Amino acid sequence: MTVVRVVQPGFQTTIQDLGRFGYAHLGISASGAADALSLRIGNLLVGNSEGASALEMTLVGGEFEFEERCIIALTGSDFKPMLNGHQLPMWQSCNVPAGARLRLNATNSGSRCYLCVAGGFTVHSTLGSSSTHLLTKLGGLDGGALKKGDVLQVKQILEKSFRARIIDERVVSALLQKSEIHVTEGLQSVYFSSEELDRFYVSTYVVSGDSNRMGLRLTGPKITHAGEAEIVTEGAPLGAVQIPQSGEPIVLFVEHQTTGGYPKIANVIGADMHVVGQLKPRDSIRFRKVTFAGALARLREQESLVQSIRSSPK
Amino acid sequence: MKIPVSFFPASDCSLLVKFGEGISLDTHKRVSLLTRLLLNEKRKVIRNLHPGYNSILISYDPLATSHSELEMVIRKMLEQDIQAEPNNRSVEVPTCYGDEYSPDLKDVSKHCKLSPEDVIRVHSSAEYTVFFLGFSPGFPYLGGMAAQLSVPRLAIPRTNVPAGSVAIGGNQTGVYPIASPGGWRIIGRTPLRLFDASGDPPTLLQIGDTVKFVPISKSEFDRLSQYR
Repeated sequence: MTVVRVVQPGFQTTIQDLGRFGYAHLGISASGAADALSLRIGNLLVGNSEGASALEMTLVGGEFEFEERCIIALTGSDFKPMLNGHQLPMWQSCNVPAGARLRLNATNSGSRCYLCVAGGFTVHSTLGSSSTHLLTKLGGLDGGALKKGDVLQVKQILEKSFRARIIDERVVSALLQKSEIHVTEGLQSVYFSSEELDRFYVSTYVVSGDSNRMGLRLTGPKITHAGEAEIVTEGAPLGAVQIPQSGEPIVLFVEHQTTGGYPKIANVIGADMHVVGQLKPRDSIRFRKVTFAGALARLREQESLVQSIRSSPK
Repeated sequence: MKIPVSFFPASDCSLLVKFGEGISLDTHKRVSLLTRLLLNEKRKVIRNLHPGYNSILISYDPLATSHSELEMVIRKMLEQDIQAEPNNRSVEVPTCYGDEYSPDLKDVSKHCKLSPEDVIRVHSSAEYTVFFLGFSPGFPYLGGMAAQLSVPRLAIPRTNVPAGSVAIGGNQTGVYPIASPGGWRIIGRTPLRLFDASGDPPTLLQIGDTVKFVPISKSEFDRLSQYR
Protein backbone atom coordinates (compact mmCIF):
# COMPACT_ATOMS: atom_id res chain seq x y z
CA MET A 1 0.00 0.00 0.00
CA THR A 2 1.05 3.54 -0.68
CA VAL A 3 -0.76 6.85 -0.71
CA VAL A 4 -1.54 9.72 -3.04
CA ARG A 5 -2.10 13.06 -1.32
CA VAL A 6 -4.55 15.63 -2.63
CA VAL A 7 -2.56 18.88 -2.69
CA GLN A 8 -5.32 20.68 -4.62
CA PRO A 9 -8.61 18.96 -5.44
CA GLY A 10 -9.45 20.93 -8.58
CA PHE A 11 -12.95 22.11 -9.47
CA GLN A 12 -14.80 18.83 -8.83
CA THR A 13 -12.79 15.62 -8.49
CA THR A 14 -14.55 12.43 -7.48
CA ILE A 15 -13.78 8.73 -7.12
CA GLN A 16 -15.58 6.80 -9.85
CA ASP A 17 -15.87 3.28 -11.20
CA LEU A 18 -18.38 1.90 -13.69
CA GLY A 19 -21.35 2.49 -11.38
CA ARG A 20 -23.61 1.08 -8.69
CA PHE A 21 -26.10 -1.17 -10.45
CA GLY A 22 -29.03 -3.07 -8.97
CA TYR A 23 -30.57 -0.39 -6.72
CA ALA A 24 -32.73 1.69 -9.07
CA HIS A 25 -35.87 0.05 -7.60
CA LEU A 26 -34.90 1.72 -4.31
CA GLY A 27 -34.49 5.09 -6.02
CA ILE A 28 -30.71 4.96 -6.43
CA SER A 29 -29.34 5.62 -9.93
CA ALA A 30 -26.09 3.96 -11.00
CA SER A 31 -23.76 6.99 -11.03
CA GLY A 32 -20.30 5.89 -12.27
CA ALA A 33 -17.81 7.62 -14.57
CA ALA A 34 -19.32 10.33 -16.80
CA ASP A 35 -17.05 9.10 -19.60
CA ALA A 36 -16.88 5.39 -18.80
CA LEU A 37 -14.94 4.69 -21.99
CA SER A 38 -11.99 6.85 -20.91
CA LEU A 39 -12.01 5.29 -17.44
CA ARG A 40 -11.97 1.77 -18.92
CA ILE A 41 -9.13 2.56 -21.31
CA GLY A 42 -7.10 4.31 -18.58
CA ASN A 43 -7.40 1.24 -16.39
CA LEU A 44 -6.40 -1.09 -19.22
CA LEU A 45 -3.32 1.06 -19.91
CA VAL A 46 -2.05 0.56 -16.36
CA GLY A 47 -2.94 -3.13 -16.29
CA ASN A 48 -6.02 -2.84 -14.03
CA SER A 49 -9.37 -4.47 -14.56
CA GLU A 50 -11.35 -1.95 -16.60
CA GLY A 51 -13.75 -1.03 -13.80
CA ALA A 52 -11.13 -0.21 -11.14
CA SER A 53 -11.65 2.99 -9.11
CA ALA A 54 -10.08 6.10 -10.61
CA LEU A 55 -10.28 9.87 -10.21
CA GLU A 56 -12.67 11.85 -12.39
CA MET A 57 -11.69 15.49 -12.72
CA THR A 58 -14.07 18.14 -14.05
CA LEU A 59 -13.08 21.23 -16.08
CA VAL A 60 -10.09 22.10 -13.86
CA GLY A 61 -7.82 19.34 -12.58
CA GLY A 62 -6.09 19.02 -9.22
CA GLU A 63 -2.57 18.53 -7.90
CA PHE A 64 -1.47 15.22 -6.39
CA GLU A 65 1.62 14.02 -4.55
CA PHE A 66 2.76 10.40 -4.89
CA GLU A 67 4.44 8.97 -1.81
CA GLU A 68 6.07 6.14 -3.72
CA ARG A 69 6.72 5.20 -7.32
CA CYS A 70 3.50 4.51 -9.26
CA ILE A 71 2.41 3.75 -12.81
CA ILE A 72 -0.41 6.04 -13.95
CA ALA A 73 -2.40 6.88 -17.07
CA LEU A 74 -4.39 10.01 -17.91
CA THR A 75 -7.31 9.66 -20.32
CA GLY A 76 -10.34 11.65 -21.42
CA SER A 77 -9.89 15.36 -22.09
CA ASP A 78 -6.45 16.95 -22.11
CA PHE A 79 -6.03 18.87 -18.82
CA LYS A 80 -2.38 19.71 -19.73
CA PRO A 81 -0.75 17.36 -17.16
CA MET A 82 2.62 18.36 -15.69
CA LEU A 83 4.82 16.03 -13.64
CA ASN A 84 7.37 17.90 -11.50
CA GLY A 85 7.07 20.75 -13.97
CA HIS A 86 7.46 18.64 -17.13
CA GLN A 87 4.68 17.97 -19.60
CA LEU A 88 3.18 14.46 -19.44
CA PRO A 89 1.43 12.74 -22.36
CA MET A 90 -2.24 11.67 -22.31
CA TRP A 91 -3.45 8.18 -23.31
CA GLN A 92 -0.38 6.21 -22.25
CA SER A 93 1.03 4.65 -19.11
CA CYS A 94 3.63 6.78 -17.34
CA ASN A 95 6.16 6.17 -14.62
CA VAL A 96 5.77 8.50 -11.62
CA PRO A 97 8.80 8.58 -9.28
CA ALA A 98 8.45 8.62 -5.49
CA GLY A 99 7.66 12.06 -4.12
CA ALA A 100 6.59 13.42 -7.49
CA ARG A 101 3.87 16.01 -7.90
CA LEU A 102 1.35 15.70 -10.71
CA ARG A 103 -0.49 18.86 -11.62
CA LEU A 104 -3.49 19.05 -13.92
CA ASN A 105 -4.69 22.35 -15.33
CA ALA A 106 -7.83 23.75 -16.92
CA THR A 107 -9.20 21.67 -19.77
CA ASN A 108 -7.95 22.03 -23.30
CA SER A 109 -10.95 20.23 -24.80
CA GLY A 110 -13.83 18.44 -23.05
CA SER A 111 -15.02 18.49 -19.47
CA ARG A 112 -13.52 15.36 -17.90
CA CYS A 113 -10.07 13.85 -17.39
CA TYR A 114 -9.37 10.53 -15.64
CA LEU A 115 -6.38 9.60 -13.50
CA CYS A 116 -5.89 5.84 -13.26
CA VAL A 117 -3.15 4.26 -11.19
CA ALA A 118 -1.78 0.71 -11.41
CA GLY A 119 -3.39 -1.32 -8.62
CA GLY A 120 -6.29 1.10 -8.39
CA PHE A 121 -7.42 3.40 -5.58
CA THR A 122 -8.60 1.40 -2.57
CA VAL A 123 -11.93 2.90 -1.55
CA HIS A 124 -14.60 1.55 0.80
CA SER A 125 -17.36 0.12 -1.35
CA THR A 126 -20.93 1.33 -0.73
CA LEU A 127 -23.66 -1.00 -2.07
CA GLY A 128 -21.13 -2.73 -4.28
CA SER A 129 -19.41 0.29 -5.82
CA SER A 130 -16.91 3.00 -4.92
CA SER A 131 -18.58 5.47 -7.27
CA THR A 132 -19.40 8.85 -5.76
CA HIS A 133 -23.07 9.83 -6.11
CA LEU A 134 -22.83 13.53 -5.25
CA LEU A 135 -26.55 14.23 -5.08
CA THR A 136 -27.26 11.49 -2.55
CA LYS A 137 -23.84 11.67 -0.81
CA LEU A 138 -23.08 8.00 -1.49
CA GLY A 139 -19.75 6.30 -2.18
CA GLY A 140 -16.34 7.87 -2.78
CA LEU A 141 -14.84 9.60 0.23
CA ASP A 142 -17.83 10.42 2.51
CA GLY A 143 -20.05 10.76 -0.55
CA GLY A 144 -18.45 13.98 -1.74
CA ALA A 145 -15.82 15.47 -4.02
CA LEU A 146 -12.15 15.29 -2.94
CA LYS A 147 -10.88 18.02 -0.61
CA LYS A 148 -7.46 19.52 -0.05
CA GLY A 149 -5.45 17.24 2.23
CA ASP A 150 -7.42 14.03 1.47
CA VAL A 151 -5.24 10.93 1.42
CA LEU A 152 -6.01 8.19 -1.10
CA GLN A 153 -4.83 4.62 -0.58
CA VAL A 154 -3.32 2.88 -3.59
CA LYS A 155 -2.62 -0.81 -3.93
CA GLN A 156 0.77 -0.23 -5.52
CA ILE A 157 1.59 -2.60 -8.35
CA LEU A 158 4.87 -2.20 -10.20
CA GLU A 159 6.17 -3.97 -13.23
CA LYS A 160 9.84 -4.97 -12.95
CA SER A 161 10.88 -3.02 -16.01
CA PHE A 162 8.53 -0.22 -17.00
CA ARG A 163 7.56 0.08 -20.64
CA ALA A 164 4.98 2.63 -21.63
CA ARG A 165 1.74 1.36 -23.16
CA ILE A 166 0.49 3.69 -25.84
CA ILE A 167 -2.76 3.67 -27.79
CA ASP A 168 -2.85 4.31 -31.49
CA GLU A 169 -3.84 7.94 -32.09
CA ARG A 170 -6.44 6.79 -34.62
CA VAL A 171 -8.16 4.61 -32.04
CA VAL A 172 -8.38 7.55 -29.66
CA SER A 173 -9.80 9.89 -32.29
CA ALA A 174 -12.30 7.24 -33.42
CA LEU A 175 -13.51 6.91 -29.84
CA LEU A 176 -13.71 10.62 -29.18
CA GLN A 177 -15.39 12.00 -32.31
CA LYS A 178 -18.28 14.16 -31.16
CA SER A 179 -19.78 16.13 -33.99
CA GLU A 180 -23.29 14.88 -33.26
CA ILE A 181 -25.03 12.99 -30.51
CA HIS A 182 -26.84 9.92 -31.79
CA VAL A 183 -30.23 9.14 -30.30
CA THR A 184 -33.00 6.61 -30.71
CA GLU A 185 -36.68 7.49 -30.70
CA GLY A 186 -37.99 8.37 -27.22
CA LEU A 187 -40.83 6.61 -25.41
CA GLN A 188 -43.08 9.67 -25.81
CA SER A 189 -42.04 10.93 -29.25
CA VAL A 190 -45.75 10.64 -30.16
CA TYR A 191 -46.37 13.53 -27.74
CA PHE A 192 -44.86 15.85 -30.39
CA SER A 193 -46.05 16.85 -33.86
CA SER A 194 -43.82 16.05 -36.83
CA GLU A 195 -42.95 19.78 -37.12
CA GLU A 196 -41.75 19.83 -33.50
CA LEU A 197 -39.78 16.59 -34.00
CA ASP A 198 -38.14 18.13 -37.08
CA ARG A 199 -37.26 21.23 -35.08
CA PHE A 200 -35.63 19.06 -32.42
CA TYR A 201 -33.45 17.25 -34.97
CA VAL A 202 -32.36 20.23 -37.07
CA SER A 203 -31.69 22.63 -34.19
CA THR A 204 -28.39 23.32 -32.48
CA TYR A 205 -28.55 23.27 -28.69
CA VAL A 206 -26.12 24.82 -26.23
CA VAL A 207 -25.15 23.15 -22.95
CA SER A 208 -26.24 25.37 -20.07
CA GLY A 209 -24.06 26.27 -17.08
CA ASP A 210 -26.37 24.59 -14.58
CA SER A 211 -25.65 21.14 -16.01
CA ASN A 212 -24.14 18.50 -13.77
CA ARG A 213 -23.78 14.75 -13.30
CA MET A 214 -27.54 14.53 -12.71
CA GLY A 215 -28.52 16.08 -16.00
CA LEU A 216 -27.56 18.41 -18.82
CA ARG A 217 -29.84 21.37 -19.40
CA LEU A 218 -29.86 22.61 -22.97
CA THR A 219 -30.82 25.99 -24.34
CA GLY A 220 -32.06 26.55 -27.86
CA PRO A 221 -35.29 26.29 -29.88
CA LYS A 222 -38.17 25.31 -27.61
CA ILE A 223 -40.14 22.15 -28.38
CA THR A 224 -43.89 22.37 -27.84
CA HIS A 225 -45.96 19.40 -26.67
CA ALA A 226 -48.91 18.52 -28.87
CA GLY A 227 -51.02 17.95 -25.76
CA GLU A 228 -50.12 16.96 -22.23
CA ALA A 229 -46.70 18.02 -20.90
CA GLU A 230 -46.83 15.41 -18.15
CA ILE A 231 -47.01 11.63 -18.11
CA VAL A 232 -47.84 9.10 -15.39
CA THR A 233 -44.51 8.83 -13.52
CA GLU A 234 -42.43 6.00 -14.98
CA GLY A 235 -38.83 4.77 -14.99
CA ALA A 236 -36.35 7.11 -16.67
CA PRO A 237 -33.41 5.62 -18.60
CA LEU A 238 -29.88 7.01 -18.66
CA GLY A 239 -29.57 9.42 -21.58
CA ALA A 240 -33.29 10.16 -21.82
CA VAL A 241 -33.97 13.53 -23.46
CA GLN A 242 -36.91 15.01 -21.54
CA ILE A 243 -38.99 17.94 -22.68
CA PRO A 244 -40.37 19.75 -19.61
CA GLN A 245 -43.04 22.46 -19.69
CA SER A 246 -40.43 25.09 -20.64
CA GLY A 247 -39.74 23.23 -23.91
CA GLU A 248 -35.96 23.17 -23.51
CA PRO A 249 -34.48 19.65 -23.46
CA ILE A 250 -32.85 18.04 -20.42
CA VAL A 251 -30.58 15.02 -20.93
CA LEU A 252 -30.68 12.67 -17.92
CA PHE A 253 -27.16 11.76 -16.91
CA VAL A 254 -25.36 9.31 -14.60
CA GLU A 255 -26.83 10.60 -11.30
CA HIS A 256 -30.32 10.94 -12.80
CA GLN A 257 -33.55 10.57 -10.86
CA THR A 258 -34.75 6.99 -11.30
CA THR A 259 -38.30 7.96 -12.29
CA GLY A 260 -39.75 11.02 -13.94
CA GLY A 261 -42.93 12.60 -15.24
CA TYR A 262 -41.81 14.58 -18.31
CA PRO A 263 -42.29 13.24 -21.86
CA LYS A 264 -39.10 11.82 -23.39
CA ILE A 265 -38.57 12.82 -27.01
CA ALA A 266 -35.39 10.79 -27.63
CA ASN A 267 -32.67 8.79 -25.89
CA VAL A 268 -28.90 9.06 -26.32
CA ILE A 269 -27.45 5.74 -27.53
CA GLY A 270 -25.14 3.75 -25.26
CA ALA A 271 -22.18 4.20 -27.61
CA ASP A 272 -22.45 8.02 -27.30
CA MET A 273 -22.87 8.38 -23.53
CA HIS A 274 -19.13 9.09 -23.17
CA VAL A 275 -19.55 12.01 -25.59
CA VAL A 276 -22.23 13.47 -23.28
CA GLY A 277 -19.80 13.00 -20.38
CA GLN A 278 -17.29 15.26 -22.14
CA LEU A 279 -19.72 18.11 -22.88
CA LYS A 280 -19.11 21.33 -21.03
CA PRO A 281 -21.12 24.53 -20.62
CA ARG A 282 -21.48 26.52 -23.88
CA ASP A 283 -20.71 23.50 -26.10
CA SER A 284 -23.06 23.22 -29.09
CA ILE A 285 -24.67 19.92 -30.01
CA ARG A 286 -27.11 18.47 -32.48
CA PHE A 287 -29.10 15.28 -32.21
CA ARG A 288 -29.18 12.72 -34.98
CA LYS A 289 -31.67 9.87 -34.99
CA VAL A 290 -30.53 6.29 -35.61
CA THR A 291 -32.41 2.99 -35.45
CA PHE A 292 -32.06 0.61 -32.51
CA ALA A 293 -30.09 -1.74 -34.80
CA GLY A 294 -27.84 1.15 -35.83
CA ALA A 295 -27.26 2.05 -32.16
CA LEU A 296 -26.27 -1.51 -31.37
CA ALA A 297 -23.90 -1.70 -34.35
CA ARG A 298 -22.10 1.40 -33.07
CA LEU A 299 -21.81 -0.09 -29.59
CA ARG A 300 -20.38 -3.35 -30.99
CA GLU A 301 -17.84 -1.44 -33.07
CA GLN A 302 -16.79 0.56 -30.01
CA GLU A 303 -16.44 -2.56 -27.90
CA SER A 304 -14.19 -4.19 -30.47
CA LEU A 305 -11.87 -1.15 -30.30
CA VAL A 306 -11.74 -1.48 -26.49
CA GLN A 307 -11.10 -5.22 -26.87
CA SER A 308 -8.20 -4.48 -29.22
CA ILE A 309 -6.60 -2.34 -26.49
CA ARG A 310 -7.16 -5.05 -23.91
CA SER A 311 -5.60 -7.77 -26.04
CA SER A 312 -2.67 -5.70 -27.36
CA PRO A 313 0.70 -6.90 -25.94
CA LYS A 314 1.95 -5.23 -22.80
CA MET B 1 -59.69 -8.29 -14.46
CA LYS B 2 -56.96 -8.94 -17.00
CA ILE B 3 -54.62 -5.96 -17.43
CA PRO B 4 -52.99 -5.93 -20.87
CA VAL B 5 -49.19 -5.94 -20.91
CA SER B 6 -47.17 -4.23 -23.63
CA PHE B 7 -43.48 -3.72 -24.35
CA PHE B 8 -41.67 -0.64 -25.64
CA PRO B 9 -37.97 -0.12 -26.35
CA ALA B 10 -37.04 2.86 -24.13
CA SER B 11 -33.41 3.14 -25.26
CA ASP B 12 -30.90 0.85 -26.95
CA CYS B 13 -30.25 -0.70 -23.54
CA SER B 14 -33.63 -0.56 -21.79
CA LEU B 15 -37.15 -1.90 -22.18
CA LEU B 16 -40.39 -0.54 -20.72
CA VAL B 17 -42.96 -3.11 -19.64
CA LYS B 18 -46.34 -1.42 -19.33
CA PHE B 19 -49.51 -2.65 -17.62
CA GLY B 20 -52.49 -0.75 -19.03
CA GLU B 21 -52.71 3.04 -18.83
CA GLY B 22 -54.13 4.07 -15.47
CA ILE B 23 -53.13 4.04 -11.81
CA SER B 24 -54.84 1.43 -9.63
CA LEU B 25 -54.11 -1.02 -6.85
CA ASP B 26 -54.62 -3.93 -9.27
CA THR B 27 -52.06 -2.51 -11.69
CA HIS B 28 -49.68 -1.86 -8.82
CA LYS B 29 -49.92 -5.52 -7.75
CA ARG B 30 -48.84 -6.61 -11.24
CA VAL B 31 -45.91 -4.17 -11.20
CA SER B 32 -44.90 -5.25 -7.72
CA LEU B 33 -45.07 -8.97 -8.60
CA LEU B 34 -42.99 -8.67 -11.77
CA THR B 35 -40.44 -6.48 -9.95
CA ARG B 36 -40.06 -9.20 -7.32
CA LEU B 37 -39.76 -11.97 -9.91
CA LEU B 38 -37.10 -10.02 -11.80
CA LEU B 39 -35.17 -9.21 -8.61
CA ASN B 40 -35.06 -12.92 -7.85
CA GLU B 41 -33.86 -13.67 -11.36
CA LYS B 42 -30.30 -12.60 -10.56
CA ARG B 43 -29.60 -12.53 -14.27
CA LYS B 44 -26.41 -10.60 -14.81
CA VAL B 45 -27.77 -9.14 -18.04
CA ILE B 46 -30.29 -7.03 -16.10
CA ARG B 47 -28.61 -3.95 -14.66
CA ASN B 48 -31.46 -2.08 -13.02
CA LEU B 49 -35.21 -2.14 -12.47
CA HIS B 50 -37.27 1.05 -12.27
CA PRO B 51 -40.86 0.27 -11.25
CA GLY B 52 -43.43 3.07 -11.69
CA TYR B 53 -47.23 3.37 -11.24
CA ASN B 54 -48.11 1.12 -14.18
CA SER B 55 -44.77 0.11 -15.68
CA ILE B 56 -41.28 -1.26 -15.07
CA LEU B 57 -38.27 0.06 -16.91
CA ILE B 58 -35.62 -2.65 -17.25
CA SER B 59 -32.11 -1.55 -18.11
CA TYR B 60 -29.87 -4.31 -19.39
CA ASP B 61 -26.56 -5.13 -21.06
CA PRO B 62 -27.32 -4.81 -24.80
CA LEU B 63 -24.25 -6.88 -25.70
CA ALA B 64 -25.69 -9.82 -23.74
CA THR B 65 -29.42 -9.71 -24.57
CA SER B 66 -31.96 -7.79 -26.66
CA HIS B 67 -35.38 -6.14 -26.45
CA SER B 68 -37.05 -9.15 -28.06
CA GLU B 69 -35.25 -11.79 -26.00
CA LEU B 70 -36.08 -9.96 -22.76
CA GLU B 71 -39.72 -9.57 -23.84
CA MET B 72 -39.93 -13.33 -24.36
CA VAL B 73 -38.44 -14.06 -20.94
CA ILE B 74 -40.90 -11.69 -19.25
CA ARG B 75 -43.95 -13.00 -21.15
CA LYS B 76 -43.03 -16.50 -19.91
CA MET B 77 -42.67 -15.19 -16.35
CA LEU B 78 -46.10 -13.57 -16.48
CA GLU B 79 -47.70 -16.72 -17.89
CA GLN B 80 -46.70 -18.63 -14.77
CA ASP B 81 -49.62 -16.83 -13.06
CA ILE B 82 -47.96 -16.89 -9.66
CA GLN B 83 -50.46 -16.34 -6.88
CA ALA B 84 -47.97 -16.37 -4.00
CA GLU B 85 -48.78 -13.58 -1.58
CA PRO B 86 -46.04 -10.98 -1.50
CA ASN B 87 -44.11 -10.65 1.71
CA ASN B 88 -45.22 -7.08 2.32
CA ARG B 89 -45.14 -5.48 5.72
CA SER B 90 -47.18 -2.75 7.33
CA VAL B 91 -44.99 0.01 8.63
CA GLU B 92 -45.98 2.64 11.18
CA VAL B 93 -44.33 5.99 10.58
CA PRO B 94 -44.38 8.10 13.77
CA THR B 95 -44.94 11.67 12.65
CA CYS B 96 -44.77 14.93 14.58
CA TYR B 97 -47.36 17.27 13.05
CA GLY B 98 -45.97 20.18 15.09
CA ASP B 99 -45.34 23.83 14.35
CA GLU B 100 -41.63 23.82 13.53
CA TYR B 101 -41.95 20.57 11.55
CA SER B 102 -45.06 21.64 9.61
CA PRO B 103 -44.31 24.92 7.85
CA ASP B 104 -47.16 24.36 5.37
CA LEU B 105 -49.86 22.89 7.66
CA LYS B 106 -51.72 26.23 7.88
CA ASP B 107 -51.73 26.69 4.11
CA VAL B 108 -52.91 23.11 3.56
CA SER B 109 -55.64 23.60 6.15
CA LYS B 110 -56.79 26.83 4.50
CA HIS B 111 -56.71 25.31 1.01
CA CYS B 112 -58.62 22.17 2.04
CA LYS B 113 -61.08 24.11 4.20
CA LEU B 114 -60.31 21.82 7.12
CA SER B 115 -58.97 22.70 10.57
CA PRO B 116 -55.28 21.77 11.09
CA GLU B 117 -56.48 19.09 13.52
CA ASP B 118 -58.74 17.63 10.82
CA VAL B 119 -55.89 17.64 8.26
CA ILE B 120 -53.81 15.64 10.75
CA ARG B 121 -56.72 13.33 11.56
CA VAL B 122 -57.50 12.60 7.89
CA HIS B 123 -53.83 12.20 6.93
CA SER B 124 -53.05 9.84 9.81
CA SER B 125 -56.19 7.72 9.57
CA ALA B 126 -55.63 6.34 6.06
CA GLU B 127 -53.60 3.28 5.12
CA TYR B 128 -51.22 3.98 2.25
CA THR B 129 -49.59 1.63 -0.22
CA VAL B 130 -45.99 2.08 -1.40
CA PHE B 131 -46.60 2.03 -5.17
CA PHE B 132 -42.88 2.30 -5.84
CA LEU B 133 -39.68 4.00 -4.71
CA GLY B 134 -38.28 6.55 -7.10
CA PHE B 135 -36.95 10.05 -7.65
CA SER B 136 -34.31 9.83 -4.89
CA PRO B 137 -33.09 7.01 -2.58
CA GLY B 138 -35.97 5.53 -0.59
CA PHE B 139 -38.59 8.11 -1.63
CA PRO B 140 -41.98 6.32 -1.46
CA TYR B 141 -44.72 7.14 -3.96
CA LEU B 142 -47.74 6.46 -1.77
CA GLY B 143 -51.25 5.67 -2.98
CA GLY B 144 -54.39 6.06 -0.90
CA MET B 145 -54.52 9.70 0.21
CA ALA B 146 -58.00 11.15 0.75
CA ALA B 147 -58.93 13.40 -2.18
CA GLN B 148 -59.91 16.20 0.25
CA LEU B 149 -56.20 16.64 1.19
CA SER B 150 -55.15 17.32 -2.38
CA VAL B 151 -53.19 20.61 -2.64
CA PRO B 152 -51.16 22.16 -5.45
CA ARG B 153 -47.35 21.96 -5.18
CA LEU B 154 -45.44 25.07 -4.10
CA ALA B 155 -45.02 27.58 -6.93
CA ILE B 156 -41.32 27.84 -6.06
CA PRO B 157 -39.85 24.58 -4.73
CA ARG B 158 -37.75 24.75 -1.56
CA THR B 159 -34.04 24.35 -2.20
CA ASN B 160 -33.63 22.22 0.91
CA VAL B 161 -36.34 20.04 2.43
CA PRO B 162 -35.12 18.40 5.68
CA ALA B 163 -34.83 14.59 5.80
CA GLY B 164 -37.94 12.96 7.29
CA SER B 165 -40.35 15.66 6.08
CA VAL B 166 -43.88 14.33 5.50
CA ALA B 167 -45.47 16.24 2.65
CA ILE B 168 -48.38 16.52 0.22
CA GLY B 169 -47.98 17.32 -3.49
CA GLY B 170 -51.06 17.28 -5.73
CA ASN B 171 -53.04 14.19 -4.80
CA GLN B 172 -50.00 12.34 -3.48
CA THR B 173 -48.31 12.18 -0.11
CA GLY B 174 -44.79 11.05 0.70
CA VAL B 175 -41.75 11.35 2.95
CA TYR B 176 -38.41 12.88 1.98
CA PRO B 177 -35.77 10.29 3.00
CA ILE B 178 -32.77 12.59 2.52
CA ALA B 179 -32.44 16.36 2.58
CA SER B 180 -33.13 17.46 -0.98
CA PRO B 181 -34.87 20.15 -3.01
CA GLY B 182 -38.64 19.68 -3.17
CA GLY B 183 -41.92 21.34 -4.05
CA TRP B 184 -44.37 19.41 -1.90
CA ARG B 185 -46.09 21.03 1.10
CA ILE B 186 -44.61 19.91 4.41
CA ILE B 187 -47.13 18.97 7.13
CA GLY B 188 -44.93 16.99 9.55
CA ARG B 189 -41.70 15.17 10.19
CA THR B 190 -40.76 11.62 11.17
CA PRO B 191 -37.70 10.76 13.27
CA LEU B 192 -37.34 7.48 11.32
CA ARG B 193 -34.50 7.05 8.82
CA LEU B 194 -35.98 6.07 5.49
CA PHE B 195 -32.61 5.62 3.84
CA ASP B 196 -29.40 4.21 5.32
CA ALA B 197 -26.71 3.11 2.87
CA SER B 198 -25.24 0.73 5.44
CA GLY B 199 -28.59 -1.00 6.07
CA ASP B 200 -29.70 -4.22 4.42
CA PRO B 201 -31.96 -3.36 2.73
CA PRO B 202 -30.87 0.29 2.64
CA THR B 203 -34.44 1.61 2.52
CA LEU B 204 -37.02 1.40 5.33
CA LEU B 205 -39.90 0.91 2.87
CA GLN B 206 -40.17 -1.55 0.01
CA ILE B 207 -42.51 -1.66 -2.96
CA GLY B 208 -45.92 -3.01 -1.88
CA ASP B 209 -45.56 -2.19 1.84
CA THR B 210 -48.44 -0.45 3.58
CA VAL B 211 -47.82 2.67 5.64
CA LYS B 212 -49.70 4.40 8.46
CA PHE B 213 -48.69 7.78 9.85
CA VAL B 214 -48.98 7.81 13.65
CA PRO B 215 -49.12 11.27 15.27
CA ILE B 216 -46.52 11.80 18.02
CA SER B 217 -45.67 14.72 20.30
CA LYS B 218 -42.58 16.89 20.05
CA SER B 219 -41.06 15.19 23.14
CA GLU B 220 -41.74 11.76 21.64
CA PHE B 221 -40.09 12.96 18.42
CA ASP B 222 -37.01 14.07 20.38
CA ARG B 223 -36.88 10.78 22.27
CA LEU B 224 -37.11 8.68 19.06
CA SER B 225 -34.57 10.91 17.31
CA GLN B 226 -31.90 9.68 19.71
CA TYR B 227 -32.14 6.23 18.11
CA ARG B 228 -31.56 7.43 14.58
